[in-house]
Amino acid sequence: MDTKQDPNPLLEADLLERSLQKALNGGGEFAEIFVEDRRSMSAVFDDGRVEELTSGRSRGAGIRVVAGETTGFAHTADLTVRGIEAAVESAAAAARSGESTNASVNLGNENQNHTQTKKLPSDIEKTQKVNLLAQANEIARSQEGEIVQVSVGYGDSRRRIQVANTDGLFASDDQVRTSFSVSCVAAGDTGLQTGRESVGHTVGFELFDQVDVEEIARKASQRAITKLGAVPAPSGEMTVVVGPGGGGVLFHEACGHGLEADLVGKSASVFAGRKGEMVANPMVTLIDDGTMSGEWGCYAIDDEGHPAQRNVLIEEGKLTDYMWDYLRARKEGRSSSGNGRRQSYQHLPMVRMTNTYLEAGSSSPEEIISSTDYGVYVAQLGGGQVNTATGDFVFGMTEAYLIEDGELTTPIRDGNLIGNGPQALLDIDAIANDFAMGSPGTCGKDGQGVPVGDGTPTLRVTRLTVGGTAA
Amino acid sequence: MSELLTICEQIVSKAKDGEQIEAVAVYGKETEVRAYEGEIESLTTAESQGVGIRVVKDGRQGFAHAGTFTPEDLIETLNEARDNLVFATPDEFCGVAEPDGIKPVDLDVYNDELVGVSTEEKVAIALELERRTREGDSRIIGVESADYSDSISESAVMTSTGISAASRETGCSLTTYSLAEENNETQTGFGYSIGRCLQDLDIEKASTEAVNRATRMLGSVKPPSGRFTVVLDPWVSAQFLGIVGGTLNAESVQKGRSLFAGRLGEEVAEPSINLIDDPTDPAAFTATSTDGEGLATRRNVLIENGRLNQFVHNSYTARKEGTSSTGSAIRGYSSTPGVGVQALAVTPGNVSPEDLISEVTDGVLVQGVSGLHSGVNPVSGDFSTGAEGLRIRNGELAEPVREFTIASTIQKMLSGVTGIGNDLQWLPMRSAGVTLVIGELTVSGA
Repeated sequence: MDTKQDPNPLLEADLLERSLQKALNGGGEFAEIFVEDRRSMSAVFDDGRVEELTSGRSRGAGIRVVAGETTGFAHTADLTVRGIEAAVESAAAAARSGESTNASVNLGNENQNHTQTKKLPSDIEKTQKVNLLAQANEIARSQEGEIVQVSVGYGDSRRRIQVANTDGLFASDDQVRTSFSVSCVAAGDTGLQTGRESVGHTVGFELFDQVDVEEIARKASQRAITKLGAVPAPSGEMTVVVGPGGGGVLFHEACGHGLEADLVGKSASVFAGRKGEMVANPMVTLIDDGTMSGEWGCYAIDDEGHPAQRNVLIEEGKLTDYMWDYLRARKEGRSSSGNGRRQSYQHLPMVRMTNTYLEAGSSSPEEIISSTDYGVYVAQLGGGQVNTATGDFVFGMTEAYLIEDGELTTPIRDGNLIGNGPQALLDIDAIANDFAMGSPGTCGKDGQGVPVGDGTPTLRVTRLTVGGTAA
Repeated sequence: MSELLTICEQIVSKAKDGEQIEAVAVYGKETEVRAYEGEIESLTTAESQGVGIRVVKDGRQGFAHAGTFTPEDLIETLNEARDNLVFATPDEFCGVAEPDGIKPVDLDVYNDELVGVSTEEKVAIALELERRTREGDSRIIGVESADYSDSISESAVMTSTGISAASRETGCSLTTYSLAEENNETQTGFGYSIGRCLQDLDIEKASTEAVNRATRMLGSVKPPSGRFTVVLDPWVSAQFLGIVGGTLNAESVQKGRSLFAGRLGEEVAEPSINLIDDPTDPAAFTATSTDGEGLATRRNVLIENGRLNQFVHNSYTARKEGTSSTGSAIRGYSSTPGVGVQALAVTPGNVSPEDLISEVTDGVLVQGVSGLHSGVNPVSGDFSTGAEGLRIRNGELAEPVREFTIASTIQKMLSGVTGIGNDLQWLPMRSAGVTLVIGELTVSGA
């Protein structure tokens, strides 16, 4: 059954219309009201016990008014007429052109959307959630080897949003996300090691019909135990093979951020002015797709009210387009690509990725590894960072092995890898046919975190710098 | 009584027999002005608030938080916290803090002047910051962002065990990111300035730093791989110390997630190292007179002459250990109290950074690191980050270098400190920076 979630609008259309009109009285050219009501629930099992359950609720509205190059923004937790009017006043005061307009705003019907969920997490007994934690803890601790600590986390959130603007856009979404993670510590002669595994989807509690928490626990504990035998990572430039799933982080950092139109517009990206050029090996087709149902970074509408889209960023090596939010697209006289996102009503939207993935190639993963004489195989990545202006990016490895004579050999300790985005895209020389999505991520930009997904098949980069300590 | 304490009291007074309640409430007003190419790109004015409620009964704790203060929301949040505790596993050490008789220090971290500053004045500062960064050097081709921001915040904690603490503070900051270009190569640099009121802010310092950090990276090359003496500048050492601080909290130690577990009294760092967490130091940007549980903060000496002296505790980890809290509960309104350092600093040395560099024959000065969250494992101690900076040859700063990593372990880095600068500076984080020389780190480059 697909639950039709609360059809009541967060704010009534007439209040939104009146407020938007008022926002333009000071001479603004564009105004928008973003309303959010978010509920969350999390539970932590740590150190052998259910430590605590946490419930959260926050709601409010963010209002922006644009005049010329200036955006005025204000937010309020007070969703009464008085609260909204005060915030409108603050936002409009910041963006005054002096010319008063008497624009009328007609919103029409709200375009309502919602995540397809079978089981709303709020309808599920807390006991059921807690039982999953205990189950995973037990499995993680029962693995052979020295697991000395286990932490298990459950989280669900429901985020209802509503967006209305003076261009007449009026839309809402009801986004439900559920996640689960297991972190283990193993102890051995070489000290302590860690292993983590997580899943997260834009679905309800039916997540656990699809994923097996025991399997997640086994993967996390196995990872920590394997790393007890890890040697220091090598140091210097070498061939790097990234396993299926995790490699999305590499693309997210190597070029994803550099293809965000706000950074491109400020010349703060090495990919500025390169649309239409070959920027990668022709086997590379990179896509950002907010419509991938159920994936961690998906939604029906972005936080500016525009439908999520499938956007081809790089097609057979050629840079086809950047990602856009509404304001920047509006300036360029084009349409938004549905990438305008914000952490909460307390933040201004900006260009953000959704689910970013590399299309599968034709090699088999075994071929790629067996044809590599020496290098590093990264099975799990641990996040990354990029300077979009220089293109230099890093990503962490939290499960990795040496490749020697075409075979995976010794596990290696955690560390970062560093490369330069444009060069790394050209240095990709093999892509396998084993596409998989990676772990759920939180992408941080300018102090705002949003959920993102990524995916890749196994791929090889002929040259990246591995930041270990071994000679 | 402050309004926030009144809100807390409404909640705490509902404690039933055998039940402990802790309420924390925060309220803040923020302004942020971002300038771009001589214009105001965005101006944000905002008020934010939140309340967190912890209920403990029979050794079980439950928690709930809300971003609004309406009476219905407060009741719903209290009920949620009560409902949540039912599912927790009993733990005899669970509980809110108890008054410990230690009086909080008087801290001057609230400056009235900031409250009266007009928006026009803030806008003018942001525009000036952007202009000076842009015009700082002919090779500066743009300013990615130039921000003025400030906040006036209040917080309160109250418990049914008799704790009642309220505090307020002001803060303002400038941050600017410049883009420098030469021969088709772009480099970035940032500068900042922080304070409690406008007089503390230094536009010249922030813009000059942003310009210098970007322009001096032009013409950078990838350094060779090898082992080098590495000098960490204050911005970088503060981030490194922040990671060290994270391994010295009693929660990580008790849960077996700290590489320093079981090592109290042992030598864990070079004997010249004194590592002190002192939130009562008004110079610290994160100075605070009370901690996240409402207890007085105090000066805690974590490493003394290289020896591990103590860990930091909140009331839970202290009860478990049979000791008392060190006033080190850290939290926001949306989480239960964790434990951690609040204003960590290495006691500075008496040598200037220039003199420290002049002693290095072949090394690297690191001015920026990336991927601290992805390449550092505070449990195993493995440390590996992306880096950029300048080569040091025969005691002189030489060519800029980038796209390399520096790697070691946290343990080896602490034992390998060969120099501490006299340039201690408090940064917008929970630790201070000082120039640190590490005798040997692995540099991975070409």
